[in-house]
Amino acid sequence: MLTGVARRLLSMLVTLFGVAVIIFVVLRLLPGNAVTAQLGVSAGLLSHAQVVALDHYYGVGEPFFQQFGSWLGAIFTGNLGVSLTSRTSVASLVGAALPITLELAIASMIIGELIGVLFGVFGSLKPGRLVDDLGRGVSVVGLGVPSFIIGTGLVTFLASEFHYFPSSEGFASITQDPWLNVQQIFFPALTLGLGIGAAMMRTTRAAMLEVIGLNYARTARGKGLSKRVVTWKHLFLGALVPVTTMSGIQLGYLLGGTVIVEQIFVLPGLGRLLITSINERDFPVVQTVTLIFAAGFIIVNMLTDVLYTVIDPRTRAS
Amino acid sequence: MTLAGPLPVPAPAGAPLESDARAGRGDPADTPGRRTLLASLWNNSNGRTGCVLVGLVLLAAIAGAVGTTPYPAQAQDPSAVLKSPSFSHLLGTDQFGRDLFSLVLQALYISVKIACVAVAIAGVIGTVAGIVAGYLGRWTASVIMRATDMLFAIPAILFALAIVTALGPGWLNSALAIGIGYIPIFVRVVRGPVLALREAGYVRAGRVLGFSRRRLLFRHILPNVAGTVAVQTSLALAWSVLAEASLSFLGLGPPPPTASLGEMVSQSSSLASTAWWTLAAPSVAIVIAVIGFNFLGDGLRDAIDPRARAR
Repeated sequence: MLTGVARRLLSMLVTLFGVAVIIFVVLRLLPGNAVTAQLGVSAGLLSHAQVVALDHYYGVGEPFFQQFGSWLGAIFTGNLGVSLTSRTSVASLVGAALPITLELAIASMIIGELIGVLFGVFGSLKPGRLVDDLGRGVSVVGLGVPSFIIGTGLVTFLASEFHYFPSSEGFASITQDPWLNVQQIFFPALTLGLGIGAAMMRTTRAAMLEVIGLNYARTARGKGLSKRVVTWKHLFLGALVPVTTMSGIQLGYLLGGTVIVEQIFVLPGLGRLLITSINERDFPVVQTVTLIFAAGFIIVNMLTDVLYTVIDPRTRAS
Repeated sequence: MTLAGPLPVPAPAGAPLESDARAGRGDPADTPGRRTLLASLWNNSNGRTGCVLVGLVLLAAIAGAVGTTPYPAQAQDPSAVLKSPSFSHLLGTDQFGRDLFSLVLQALYISVKIACVAVAIAGVIGTVAGIVAGYLGRWTASVIMRATDMLFAIPAILFALAIVTALGPGWLNSALAIGIGYIPIFVRVVRGPVLALREAGYVRAGRVLGFSRRRLLFRHILPNVAGTVAVQTSLALAWSVLAEASLSFLGLGPPPPTASLGEMVSQSSSLASTAWWTLAAPSVAIVIAVIGFNFLGDGLRDAIDPRARAR
């Protein structure tokens, strides 16, 4: 067990290193650098000596491997490098943005799981009835309509019906103003949660239908257990493995989804930080933020693998 | 994500089952014939819905490509600004007085073109890599799978975002960015069945007969993963349309005079409270395309593997 965990961790580090290399190489294809991005057209007016001096100042003129080495060094020392445009450490930028994205991701996941599991379970108990049809209707909308359309629609609706504009006030963290924070997080989380809920609902419903006719379920009912115990302790527990797999996959997609939703609802999270830094050619920030997203994805996958062994004892043997 | 994990990301249901069928269980799929496949595609509700929707999207895209739109797509009419849908403007007009129906047809063409090129890139590279990784084994496989894991760890849309900013806007760059991001999925989906096929009787027979490796891979194994690839292609098209729309929504699609669905959605956000059709027109087009390709993929899967339909 312990060696297994150690091997997993090692393989995760290797993957992360590879991801860092890929990101680094891709970003070096970028035409222009922080200097041209900041000076714009007037960069063309610089003399050769000025260009060299500026490149040196921003550290963009150094050889490829040296830049990569200093980035890796910065990651291990924990300050994650220095932003080229704001001249503050990437760690402080990320430190401000990460909690917002995490809060959004957790809230979306809760909404998505609630929608998905409730509709999935109750729909599977009464296939073809009202709950089932309603759930399947929700899932068609959630799966077919991309989050940026739902988001744009929601923003428009809120603005015209309630005169609520997400950009009208600065973002309030949950410690500053909990009520305002809940309002600001709820709608973007709902946008993402609908998509997650749709996928979760389909998986839950299918997994429940697989176990609902099995002998152990009939035995449980035959023993005279209450409906609630049969549904949740026997059926849902039996359906939990595919549900966990889908949750992991959705959490992975969610990381990408936050980029778009943060843009629509003007949340100053990691996704928005990423888009602004891409536009400003701020390599250190783009690299690190992408790496954080990748690390999040890898960790989620690892946790899902570990969860299987907790849920389903049969997987422990292998 | 390690593939050695107890329960990896589920391969599409068609994958391993198809190989059983070919391994000779007296399944009618032994003599498939194109007609029966098409017929069973048409006979299941997913497949039929998919065929109809995808047909509509392709028709619209062709109309957009050859320019048989009710109005020239980019023509501005100052006397018809933000008109609601009517018989003269089926989907209304935008803030420049452009006919939204014509504009949507043109944008669908761009969108389908990008999706097709992206999926071609991902499908060809991913399928070949998947077959090689599944058949050759040992270190070739571990190199390919390791690289796939790394690519897979970067959320595809973020990767596309990075590439498209690196290469600059333009339809071909969007296609490249979206295609590269989707390669790992093809690798994984193809490799699974190939692993099983490697030990299938007819492949071992071929090895004993001294067939070249290339012949075994491309004449004997490839045709048997074709169904899996077809299903995945359709799902990939759905994802690509969505990814292209997302990129252009974020302002990273083809530059302005080119119509693009995502950009139309983002433009509409300031108008939609008074002119709902500016949001509805591009949204409906995106949704029809995405749902259509998804249904077609599900339908193909059901047609290839009838057992998956029960679920």
